[in-house]
Amino acid sequence: MNLAYRVGSDQASGAPRLPGSLHVNRRLSQWLRIGADGVVEVSVGKVEIGQGIATALAQIAAQELDVAFERVRMIPASTARSPDEAVTSGSLSIQESGSALRYACAEARSIYLAAAAAKLGVPVELLRIADGEIIAASGARTSYWQIADDGLLARNATGTVAPKPAAALDVASAAAPRLDLPDKIFGRPRFVHDLELPGMLHARVLRPVSPFARLESLDAGRTQALAGVIGVVRDGNFAGVLADREETAVKALARLAADTRWSEAETLPDAAGLKDWLMAQRAETKVVDERAPDAQACVAKTLRASYSRPYLAHASIAPSCALAQWRGDALHVWTHSQGIYNLRTDLALAFGVPPQRITVEHAEGAGCYGHNGADDVAFDAALLARAANGRPVRLQWSRADELAWSPFGAAMAIELQADLDAAGAIVGWRHELWSNGHTSRPGRAKSPALLAAWHRENPSERLLAVNPPLANGGGADRNAVPPYEFAARRIVNHRLLDMPLRTSALRSLGAFANVFAIESFLDEIAAEQGEDTVKLRLRYLSDPRAKAVIEAASARAGWRGWQRREGCGHGIGYARYKNSGAYCAVAAEVEAGREIRVRRLVIAVDAGRVVNPDGVANQIEGGAVQAASWTLKEAVRFDRTRVTSDAWETYPILRFSAVPAVEVEILDRPEEASSGAGEAALGPTAAAIGNAVFDALGVRVRDLPITAERIVAAAG
Amino acid sequence: MLLNVNGAQHAVEAAEDTPLVYALRNQLGLKGTRYGCGTDQCGACYILLDDRAVPACDTPLWAAAGKRITTVEGLGTPERPHALQRAFIVEQAAQCGYCSSGILVTCAALLARNPDPSDVEVRAALDRHLCRCGTHNRIVRAVLRAARELRSGQAA
Ligand code: FES
Ligand code: FES
Repeated sequence: MNLAYRVGSDQASGAPRLPGSLHVNRRLSQWLRIGADGVVEVSVGKVEIGQGIATALAQIAAQELDVAFERVRMIPASTARSPDEAVTSGSLSIQESGSALRYACAEARSIYLAAAAAKLGVPVELLRIADGEIIAASGARTSYWQIADDGLLARNATGTVAPKPAAALDVASAAAPRLDLPDKIFGRPRFVHDLELPGMLHARVLRPVSPFARLESLDAGRTQALAGVIGVVRDGNFAGVLADREETAVKALARLAADTRWSEAETLPDAAGLKDWLMAQRAETKVVDERAPDAQACVAKTLRASYSRPYLAHASIAPSCALAQWRGDALHVWTHSQGIYNLRTDLALAFGVPPQRITVEHAEGAGCYGHNGADDVAFDAALLARAANGRPVRLQWSRADELAWSPFGAAMAIELQADLDAAGAIVGWRHELWSNGHTSRPGRAKSPALLAAWHRENPSERLLAVNPPLANGGGADRNAVPPYEFAARRIVNHRLLDMPLRTSALRSLGAFANVFAIESFLDEIAAEQGEDTVKLRLRYLSDPRAKAVIEAASARAGWRGWQRREGCGHGIGYARYKNSGAYCAVAAEVEAGREIRVRRLVIAVDAGRVVNPDGVANQIEGGAVQAASWTLKEAVRFDRTRVTSDAWETYPILRFSAVPAVEVEILDRPEEASSGAGEAALGPTAAAIGNAVFDALGVRVRDLPITAERIVAAAG
Repeated sequence: MLLNVNGAQHAVEAAEDTPLVYALRNQLGLKGTRYGCGTDQCGACYILLDDRAVPACDTPLWAAAGKRITTVEGLGTPERPHALQRAFIVEQAAQCGYCSSGILVTCAALLARNPDPSDVEVRAALDRHLCRCGTHNRIVRAVLRAARELRSGQAA
């Protein structure tokens, strides 16, 4: 039985429990519309963030309705019409949106079949559907398009029509070409950056020089005097310019920046001693998970090691961008936010207007790997648009805004201990971690979680980042509970109560560092015992799906036949994402020269039933390459006052010639629930690389990134 | 100022030190040239100036005047795609696709210069281009496919 799709009943409301987001968005017409023109419009609350979700969902709709894939049109999400599906994150889109859409379409199909049966005067059982044509055994026929009637779907879903069984799936399990790609390959307008509205003005924001800087004075005179400048806006420590043209806005901002005076203080930690700093902060401490041993084991020795990762930037390839327009007290915003309803909630709080006066509409941005600057820039645009006299305003952040002001993935310190008995078995395991919270997304608190809200004359409280509960996958503690069967374990999370740098959700949250630490430590234990590291893992795993990915990755990588070469090494890493999602094992091969070169990553993944195999492969491969970049190169840089990594030169990422070959093997499980694949490979990739570096050099680097300097430091 | 873009002359009203990227996107409506950094550090905005791939964010109008400017829109259309565009779709060589335009333009210049590049040469040619989604390997495969297709087309 497929849990994600189970229909039960909701104790509280008495209404039947419906699958995925259908439960809270019951009206069928919210999800789809069948048109007389032969088109099926599908409207979901999840948004395309470069992960191909729109294509996967279109496949599901085509499958359940029995129409050609080409007939499905995905409608951009808007608070004016779409189901409220909160946030597109945590690799949940296929689970939440996909299962809802599957049931909604199955039910719509049966409603249309009933209508066709009545029209043709034949029993439903004698009808079949082929690309929207409804054909009776006798040959009589009609179609969705002939009976198209919005009234038919203007009702609540019952969840009683079962979608097709896995065996009947064809469209929805074959590689489908991405719907959005032609626009991107032919350079057509597609991104929020490309929207152009009549009478539109261009804006730029002036961000403070450092996270806690105060704007002492601002002389707008010379900026205002520039031809084409429409206005200069200031609200406390927030400022910006409006101009008739984009290049004018850029020039005006440079002028304005030169005519301001800031005061600032040393508010940032010492970047060189980040791990010690994290462990020394005020924190809220929680025992996340604890299992006492059945019998008192005899501990012969205890091993310990500590690991860390730095703050990481989203470093999206496009600067965040938004458009905003006020008409009286009604606000319209175009955004690449992951959560249009949540953004609307916070905009309403920030402006003190009812949410119904605000429309938030989604338009695609560049790749999104978590809570980036999308919501912040939308608020910035809306603030500046108040000075635009009803004209629409397009605001694009600068590269420096993007790298230095999008929320960061939190730095983490992790301390691990393992108790071994006399025979060398691991009988106890302790995992303690220190980190800021991993989410400060909008729409969840009493005050707005939007950057400029902290900078305005009447600032909102700087909300501390928090952690989602472990039942929802956790935050800093995501994947901190080891997947291995150790007799005893204790997992402790210290959430920092000061936040010098704003942190929020970045792809895989705490899982990246936790998996890196756990899998590195296991490797250390294996080395200590002289045991093969793959065998050690298999010995402590009981779940056959876990073992299967490890075996598949190591077999494909030729783990057993590995020929040792000078300066080369191989390593492995494994995790089941969120301990409940996709299983993923990665085998890495590295070559240590002046820098570490990752030559090859072999990945095996089990994400349950796969809707679009090529989409999954693309997501896994992309995640692995990004993880290789984080692992080898990335760290937000700062001095005691300012963030200094505000350009690609100071925040380097992996380039084409350094990108490893990546092979992905998908273990398809048609009878298992689908789980997202976007984040599964990150932690295992980091661990596999770290372990391969140890194999090559005999040096254990425990503090990311694994740069030449860190290797020297670790060897010394 | 007159600009020759994708084979047609366009009059553009703008100061001559305006970066070309803004004129292309906002005056001529050619949104295919994407903006990423403004300082020649990411490759998102690359265009051909005569036959050289250059950053449109770092090219003032005066330097583009009198030259042939080719943007991603000028490489091909869905009806008459460039071999690279066809190959990018076959290989599904993008995730968000924000980096695609600049990469396609640089590769068009590469293949014009070197019809049979190796994997290593393609990567070297693309080292100025960043892709945050990690689709590098697909992109390289697509470029090699396009090169093969172009060579066999010429041989036929
Ligand atoms: S925008 Fe021109 S190189 Fe980055
Ligand atoms: S596909 Fe997103 S940056 Fe390359």
